[in-house]
Amino acid sequence: MSKKPTAKETTPTAATDHAQAPVNARLTPEERIELFRKMVRIRRFEERSLRAYQAKKIGGFLHLYIGQEAVAVGCCSLMGPHDHVITAYRDHGHAIAVGMETKPLMAELYGKATGCSKGKGGSMHYFDPSRNFWGGHGIVGGQIPLGAGLAYALKYKGLKGAAMAFMGDGAVNQGAVHEAYNLASLWNLPVVFVIENNGYSMGTSQARSSAGELAQRAAGYDMQWGQCSGHDVYEVRAMMDKFLTLARETGKPSTVEIDTYRYRGHSVADPDNTYRSKQEIEEYRRTRDPIQLFQDKLLAEGALTPALAEQIDTEARAEADVAADFSEASPFPTPADIQTDVYWEADNPADRRSQGRLFFT
Amino acid sequence: MPVITYREAVRHALAEELERDPNVVVMGEEVAQFNGAYKVTEGLLARFGPQRIVDTPISEAGFIGVGIGASMLGIRPVMELMFWSFYSVAFDQILNNAANVRYMSGGQIHCPIVIRGPANGGTNVGATHSHTPENVLANHPGVKVVVPSSPADAKGLLKSAIRDNDPVFFLENTMLYGEKGEVPAGEHVVPLGLADVKRAGTDLTIVTYGRSVLHSLAAAEVLEREHKISTEVLDLRTIRPLDFDSVLKSVAKTHRVLIVEEQKPFASVGSQLAYMIQREAFDELDGPIHRLATVDAPAIYSPPVEVEQLPNPRRVLQAALETLA
Ligand SMILES: Cc1ncc(C[n+]2csc(CCOP(=O)(O)OP(=O)(O)O)c2C)c(N)n1
Ligand SMILES: [Mg+2]
Repeated sequence: MSKKPTAKETTPTAATDHAQAPVNARLTPEERIELFRKMVRIRRFEERSLRAYQAKKIGGFLHLYIGQEAVAVGCCSLMGPHDHVITAYRDHGHAIAVGMETKPLMAELYGKATGCSKGKGGSMHYFDPSRNFWGGHGIVGGQIPLGAGLAYALKYKGLKGAAMAFMGDGAVNQGAVHEAYNLASLWNLPVVFVIENNGYSMGTSQARSSAGELAQRAAGYDMQWGQCSGHDVYEVRAMMDKFLTLARETGKPSTVEIDTYRYRGHSVADPDNTYRSKQEIEEYRRTRDPIQLFQDKLLAEGALTPALAEQIDTEARAEADVAADFSEASPFPTPADIQTDVYWEADNPADRRSQGRLFFT
Repeated sequence: MPVITYREAVRHALAEELERDPNVVVMGEEVAQFNGAYKVTEGLLARFGPQRIVDTPISEAGFIGVGIGASMLGIRPVMELMFWSFYSVAFDQILNNAANVRYMSGGQIHCPIVIRGPANGGTNVGATHSHTPENVLANHPGVKVVVPSSPADAKGLLKSAIRDNDPVFFLENTMLYGEKGEVPAGEHVVPLGLADVKRAGTDLTIVTYGRSVLHSLAAAEVLEREHKISTEVLDLRTIRPLDFDSVLKSVAKTHRVLIVEEQKPFASVGSQLAYMIQREAFDELDGPIHRLATVDAPAIYSPPVEVEQLPNPRRVLQAALETLA
């Protein structure tokens, strides 16, 4: 009943100093603070969304990313203009990490017309193609072939970029994931498959769901792979930089398994009392919290002062409250909106070419 | 008679069949240690052990295929889909393998598998989690499709399903799990293919199934009270086999038909029914057959709007009045 440590899990005291990796060493103090700020903004946004859920302002599922912030922020901080992201339903962190505004994100949770998907998608289905963010997908593993498809499009268009396709440790057991691995490797598609290994798929530990090492499965498809800790944003960046560069420069896919942890239940509905101990959660919070660890690093580096850390936190809380107020004040979609955004042609009648009925009663 | 929830009724059917037949195995995601994503299988692991109550990885195509293969050798797997929406991941196994193997083997093989889980909208989980695939499933000869609306039916029909020698797809509803009703203790078996008059009436027949039965009953109350209209609510309970005789009998009594279904309208269960009714009971009809379905679009998330996309008592009432106009 406990999280299985991955083969190469690094402890916070590990000797390797990922801050010295070139991709980190060249960061300005402002850029470091920005990484910190993003993680804090994600956490405060989600804590605020949890309160809204408890106040019955939000329906359906709410899968919180709290504890995993360094993964999305580390990975997405490396994005160039032709890099793309796709993930599963635990998508709030990635959405903020790619630069989406928190107001439409919160409004989406409230089911409001001002939401990023106009209230049609909900928590699991965030999208922002203008920021190369392709969702937000509810079916476990279903987004992974799409990630390979984004890479296919990049290659076809001759663009120098890479796709990052995120999944959980449970998703690796879906057939679609394996088919995507094979296609990506066979066709040299510039995609990095990122396994966010938080140790559990819903109430099932990795040991109870998956045979063998997760990242290593990539070897069976002749792909390079790596493992790293997701508690240290520098380490995430160092590892991902290597594989993103590989993808952009050579078109080669890879799989990276990032060790992380979620503090909250699988979703807000999960009573979280059958598969792990409270002590385990406490232990992670106390010793490996990605925000605390990075704050300590930045304080030691002198990039951050306690006063600035405090200010960033206060601003993030205020931003989350503003997003909630905005959502509260926004209108719901109307029943007439149910049938918009279904067909491109129905929404662009002037350019319609097909004939016949599109909708039925 | 004991009053229990729909959730408990399903659990009792599972437990009684596990008790009765050592070949029954329950398999699915989070069914054992976690006690079920919707707590339907709560306590079964403690009672029957990990040989009979089996947690699977998130591999619907794989574990459902395993269940189908095992059923060919005489195991009676009862597979849980956390949501019927995830059937699409296992579509080939369910509708190519399970549905066809008997036919393709010239009747040498049969497939006594049950796949069960919730299939409904109304809980704001969006387009990927709100499918109601009974029409798609029933489109495949060789399979049986059950959609119970009450705790008693859920228990009695699931027991029949587990004893059935064909693949049976059993569609529950997360919005009904907490609904209570009288359910006979012990052996209570409802045969597949038998509709049930949930309310008798003389002016209008509402043919329906699943949660829409509850909406139809609520609307029938108002029709009686405020419009002096006597409505018969016929619950199909199983979609295939279909108790069409009961539909004809009711139509012959009321001469007006409204079909209510939580289905996208195109090629739905209701489309099939409407075809059959006009074909076989044209002369009984005093007006066109009406149908109330889900508004034709993927499931919207926004909670207050989703209510309007699905059948609800207000929409059923309005459709009933239009049917009689
Ligand atoms: C095909 C499919 N099966 C089952 C589910 C239900 N489900 C949603 S998330 C989840 C667990 C996934 O765990 P993991 O991949 O480790 O991601 P995490 O939730 O830990 O981020 C399950 C079983 C689903 N959404 N889709
Ligand atoms: Mg996980």
